[in-house]
Amino acid sequence: MKSFFGFLFGLFCALMIVLLAGESPLYILEILVRSSFGSKYDFGLTLFYMTSLIFTGLSVSTAFKSGLFNIGAEGQLNFSAICMVVFATSYPGITFPGSLLMILLVGILSGAIWGAIPGLLKAYRGSHEVIVTMMLNFVSAGISSYFISQKLQNPDSQNPESPIIGDAFRTNFFDFLNKLFPESPVNLFFVVAILAAVAMYFFFTKTALGYEMIAVGENPSAAERASISSKKFVVISLVLSGVLASGAGMNEVVGYSGQYKIGFSPEFGFMGIAVALMSNNHPLGIIANAFIMSVFHKGASDLDIETETITKDFSKIIQAMVLFGVGLQYYLNKYGVTFSFFNGFFKKKKLNSSGRV
Amino acid sequence: MGEIDIFSLSFILSVLRVSTPLIFAAQAGLLSEKSGVVQIGLEGFMLAGAFSGAVFAHLTHSSYLGFLMAFVCGACASFLFSLLVVRLKTDAIVAGTGFNFLMVGLIPFLTKFIFNSTGSTPPIPIELRLSYEVTVFAFAVVLGIYFLISKTRWGYWIQFAGEYPDGLTACGVSVDKVRWVSVFLCGGLAALGGASLSLFLSSAYSPLMTGGRGFIALSALILGKWKPLPTLMGCLVFGVFDALQIRLQGVPINGFTIPVQWIQILPYVLTIVLLAGFFGRSQAPAYLGKR
Repeated sequence: MKSFFGFLFGLFCALMIVLLAGESPLYILEILVRSSFGSKYDFGLTLFYMTSLIFTGLSVSTAFKSGLFNIGAEGQLNFSAICMVVFATSYPGITFPGSLLMILLVGILSGAIWGAIPGLLKAYRGSHEVIVTMMLNFVSAGISSYFISQKLQNPDSQNPESPIIGDAFRTNFFDFLNKLFPESPVNLFFVVAILAAVAMYFFFTKTALGYEMIAVGENPSAAERASISSKKFVVISLVLSGVLASGAGMNEVVGYSGQYKIGFSPEFGFMGIAVALMSNNHPLGIIANAFIMSVFHKGASDLDIETETITKDFSKIIQAMVLFGVGLQYYLNKYGVTFSFFNGFFKKKKLNSSGRV
Repeated sequence: MGEIDIFSLSFILSVLRVSTPLIFAAQAGLLSEKSGVVQIGLEGFMLAGAFSGAVFAHLTHSSYLGFLMAFVCGACASFLFSLLVVRLKTDAIVAGTGFNFLMVGLIPFLTKFIFNSTGSTPPIPIELRLSYEVTVFAFAVVLGIYFLISKTRWGYWIQFAGEYPDGLTACGVSVDKVRWVSVFLCGGLAALGGASLSLFLSSAYSPLMTGGRGFIALSALILGKWKPLPTLMGCLVFGVFDALQIRLQGVPINGFTIPVQWIQILPYVLTIVLLAGFFGRSQAPAYLGKR
């Protein structure tokens, strides 16, 4: 809630931009809301995007907590998605309970590997994690494009996508959540994502491991002196980060479509950075901000049809403005001006001698 | 390697071509990061430059004017970034990420407005396209920045702003002023990188044409350890791999055609290996990203 004012300010600025194009901001807002909540199908799609964004947001924030910047969530979810599809198409004979467990294990492992590479290189070779994760994004995009175009192209489709994997590998037939939203892609992994966020909250607040991880992020040398190995936690946090990002791949492959489509992720990994930053890395805040981001993402998809001048890229402008607003809020909080929602007044905070709040 | 002659003139020229945008962007990032401002927004500045360069070249029928206007537009866009980061102390990673999003969203909005198209600008005539003078200029920029950083008073100020800002304040120089100027130059130079993409490597702006080059420039910068000349080398390394993957596509080697995708990921894998094997720890400016 600390950044609520910043959020409103960002949204306000973004909507003011549409005035330049001669559209009414209220009308745009109405389209955004109608498109994301209008029908059960639309709302299901919003929740589907939200699921992926919770996973990638958690992934990025877990790395942030220990002082690392993981811009590779995109690559991690991509890699785990292609690994799961390759696994399921290579061993189609596995029967039900085992098959689902195995494919989830493959997903988790592949995400963990794609997180461990930058983690190990950072800890033992000193390679900067931003470069390595960025490069791995390109590598995983190349690998998936190789498999889809050379090995796994779906013969029944013109689009670059894999064949659909067997039902035993998917959750569709016992998915209660999907039944509530007919035809829409929201699935069981929505619940998993919420649980993951709650689990991460308890991990960081109630466990020694989580506390040590934060200690490494806050002050690595002090942590070293308290006999917390920062190397170990660099690896652990990036592996955890990779595992969390792989959830977004499972949401698509196991939960919804059962296939790998090139471009299935509209840069969830990068939107996850925005989600993590907006919520100041608080796991429960990530749920709320993932919801907000998915509303904008889904809502903007109808702008192409409904308006003359505004395209669906408008969602990016809203995201940018909201990020700026949330960033500004930090400044306002720090230097004394706060906006209390309930009192409705600007208040000056008392500053101590060093000028900090 | 059969038909591919690495040392032929045409190969070297193609390396220079593809590394030109990277050289501009990496030197731009260097200026900003040297002054202590983390620069994730290079991608956004490049997009802004690619777009404004193409638009102004189309409107004025002169690529040189387009190129110049790209610098102006990028530098102006940097005011927004500096306002947030330098003046209002927003986290630079938040602002940079937001800035990239903003450019991705704003440009289709503007093309719809100006050209009523879905994201591309009309192509400029082929004879108007820029040529290798852009590359020469890029190398001149590298030398200029090398001179600026290590030989001039302003350069020392920039380095101090990144290494020990309190010391700079103690000398009576405003840290914020130094950062405003470096981010201003950074925006303009990164935009030139974008403009060389739309006016030299191709002849129009197409959506998302930077394709992650801003981040690759950032990698080259880290690979070059925040020093102008090694950063130039980093850019050329990426350029060699990029040119190589264009050459190797569909060429059989001993009767075996390497899948295109393997060649495309080659530069990225090699970067990871190079970084892990030979370069070791990077030395970032001490005060980078701290407030």
